[in-house]
Amino acid sequence: MKLKKNIATSENGFIFNPATGDSFSSNPIAAEILQMMKDGKSSSQIKAELLDKYHVEELQLERDWDDWMSQLKDANLLEQ
Amino acid sequence: MITQKLIYERPFIKKMNAGLMNKFGTRTEFQALKYIDGVSVKSLLAEYGSPVFVLSEKQIRRNYQNAVRSFKTRYPKVQFAWSYKTNYINAVCNVFHQEGSWAEVVSGFEYRKALGNGVPGNKIIFNGPDKHPEDILLAIKNDSLLHIDHFDELYSLIELCDTQDKKPRVAIRVNMDTGVYPIWDRFGFNYENGQAWNAITKIIGSGKLKLVGLHCHIGTYMLATSAYAIAASKLCELATNCKNQLHTPIQYLDLGGGFPSTNTLRGAYLPGVDTVPSVDDFAEAITSTILAHGFKQDELPLLILESGRVLIDDAGYLLGTVLANKRLSDGRRATIMDFGVNILFTAFWYEHKISPAQDFTHHSEDMVLYGPLCMNIDVVRESVNLPLLNRGDNVVVHKVGAYNMTQWMQFISMRPNVVMIDEKGNPHLIRKAETLGYLEMQEETPTHLKSINL
Amino acid sequence: MDKHTKKPLVIAVTGLNAIDSPGPGVAVIRALREGLDRELRIIGFSYESLEPGIYMHDIVDKTYQIPYPSAGIKALFERLNYIHAEEGMEIIIPNFDAELYNFIRLSDRLAEIGIRTFLPNIEQLEARDKINLLKFGKKHKFHVPEDKVINKAEELNKLAEDFGYPLVVKGKYYEAIIAYTIEQAHKAFYKLSAKWGHPIIVQQFINGTEINIAALGDGEGNAISIIPMRKLYITDKGKAWAGITLEDQELIDLANHFVKATKWKGGFELEIMKDAKGHLYIMEVNPRFPAWIYLTAGAGQNQPATLVKMALGEKVAPFTKYEVGKIFIRYSWDHITDVKEFQHLSAYGEL
Repeated sequence: MKLKKNIATSENGFIFNPATGDSFSSNPIAAEILQMMKDGKSSSQIKAELLDKYHVEELQLERDWDDWMSQLKDANLLEQ
Repeated sequence: MITQKLIYERPFIKKMNAGLMNKFGTRTEFQALKYIDGVSVKSLLAEYGSPVFVLSEKQIRRNYQNAVRSFKTRYPKVQFAWSYKTNYINAVCNVFHQEGSWAEVVSGFEYRKALGNGVPGNKIIFNGPDKHPEDILLAIKNDSLLHIDHFDELYSLIELCDTQDKKPRVAIRVNMDTGVYPIWDRFGFNYENGQAWNAITKIIGSGKLKLVGLHCHIGTYMLATSAYAIAASKLCELATNCKNQLHTPIQYLDLGGGFPSTNTLRGAYLPGVDTVPSVDDFAEAITSTILAHGFKQDELPLLILESGRVLIDDAGYLLGTVLANKRLSDGRRATIMDFGVNILFTAFWYEHKISPAQDFTHHSEDMVLYGPLCMNIDVVRESVNLPLLNRGDNVVVHKVGAYNMTQWMQFISMRPNVVMIDEKGNPHLIRKAETLGYLEMQEETPTHLKSINL
Repeated sequence: MDKHTKKPLVIAVTGLNAIDSPGPGVAVIRALREGLDRELRIIGFSYESLEPGIYMHDIVDKTYQIPYPSAGIKALFERLNYIHAEEGMEIIIPNFDAELYNFIRLSDRLAEIGIRTFLPNIEQLEARDKINLLKFGKKHKFHVPEDKVINKAEELNKLAEDFGYPLVVKGKYYEAIIAYTIEQAHKAFYKLSAKWGHPIIVQQFINGTEINIAALGDGEGNAISIIPMRKLYITDKGKAWAGITLEDQELIDLANHFVKATKWKGGFELEIMKDAKGHLYIMEVNPRFPAWIYLTAGAGQNQPATLVKMALGEKVAPFTKYEVGKIFIRYSWDHITDVKEFQHLSAYGEL
């Protein structure tokens, strides 16, 4: 589950997929996660950091993580 | 030192599309609604469960008083009659009766409900095509106003009168072309083809009935004030003919109901709040027509209105809870609520406004709102842009006061509590949630089916 | 007007979708830039993020996205207040049918905060609505095609008998589909009602020559400008590809009669069909400038610039002449921008 290499992200949370030409906006936490993914962090590393930083139950995060992955997949942003 | 953790929001990305609704300026659609008449939504849910209907007594009274003012400032003799079918929970009816409203009923059940509420028989208007002989006899005894719907009813009424020493007070319901389609010609006697006049002459000719009024109800959720002007004008014409040709002056004209609330109809392009005429607009169209017709001042008929929806829709809220979020096969988000079309029947024809009941961030998502029923038709909103809602979050559905609490279905779950907040801000339970016991009370299980052995 | 005014006149314009079925905005702006003898700051209002005008920075100085008409008056007014605080707008020229209702309803409140409009009133808007056109035509003795407003597809069968084929099936706001069979009529009904809501208008088909008239009324019964045009070539969507100004007193008389009858205020377009007998049928009345409005500037009666003058309170005498035989030819042109601009507009609603 790795982000495609050439995905461009900006500080404002814009995402641009040069392979498809699609643009996306994201909420701040999504932008943060994307940055971590780009930095090569593993999903367990990222989740641990989020649990540490945000007021969220592990179970909730786990559910949202699955949804997050499906969003990225729908958006064609993940390596096949 | 304890470091405060940041508020969490689930991560999401949104494709920047060329063709989709832009969000700029649409945020008013979802301001959080945390209080109703000063009572917190969360506390109502905690006390009365979810979902729960909440009615504002203050708003009902305000609506009623405004409507009465709209008519009375234009016309000297006005009477409202509360349309029971719109919402016949006794507490609701009695708010209207306290304000001076009569009762307008369409079945024997509703008729008895009105009597039970203490409405004097001569202030009950009995409409509808399905009046049973025992209902009619009761209404005659009570001197209620019987509005005759069809010839079969007229004949049987004349027949019933043979056994009575009282002359019942009656009116006929007239249907007509008001320039609005469809014409509701299934109810009452048609104006244009002379049926209505024919019925009037039969009533007077029988010598057994006292024709006191003329009634019409031209449709529901009417958006054209001009249709009411046409209806009023045709009733005036009939009334004048009654007086001049049959020497029977008409005491009242009943223009029925049909004024719209500000809900947005499904498929409408512009929102209801911006396009729906006000009660003032309808009052102007109706009263100016009657005043211009040429009645003598002391012969002006009483004007009766049977408004329902416009007086209560915006006084009702439905509070509910998010059961689950899921993503559909096409990537769209779906949110499942703990209420569906079973109790929010009006979701079939309105795009109800829905607000979150708690704070949220400015991010929003297009989603489908589903109810909890195991049926494909259980859709609360086909497409609505709302903030990110999590399981357990609460929402408030606006303008649900009309018809939902009478047309709701008992299907796979019980009907919920109904609460009314009084003018001082105190909530009262006005209809208890149904229970298994309540529901099974009416069931009879034959002895041979009482026991099973699995 | 004072040439030495320092502050530019700030005019907001909608309809920046200069695409294959174009909105009039870009044409209106070109006419304004040429016809007003003072510096302008043009604010574009857009609904979607790929309206070409947004990215044409020599045409539009700054664009703001505004809520769709279906979001309602309150949402629009709040957004306009925000934009007004940024830009100090003096005039707004709306160019879409579907947004007019909201702008007209807001016009008094806009005037209170110093923004002028020059629009018809709600009664005028509704009288020419497709739904009421037949009644309107009969009242003022115009030829209009027979039509019927319907809410149910079943009603099509009877209409097919009454009017004969082809039937013209029209959406409440936009689009018309010509149906030659009952199946096509049903399909058109469902397509248009899904898109624009109810009701649907079914119209008798009139065969003839199509002529368009762009005109400007002063609100007191006077037509300030009238330019008739015939399309020389149309696209597959029925839009003008090229058109030519005509000289025909009957057409001018018709437009004058229309303005006198309605006391129309603002720009409008009459879609006329001249049948074999020479009858001029009003097929539709568009309550705003047409997309080809720049031709009026080219022919010597700059209607957008004149509208602005009238909105500012200037008394304008009716134009008396225009150049006949002026042709417009619409062309497409690929404008280059960067994804950053698109992202910025989509995310912040301004560019």
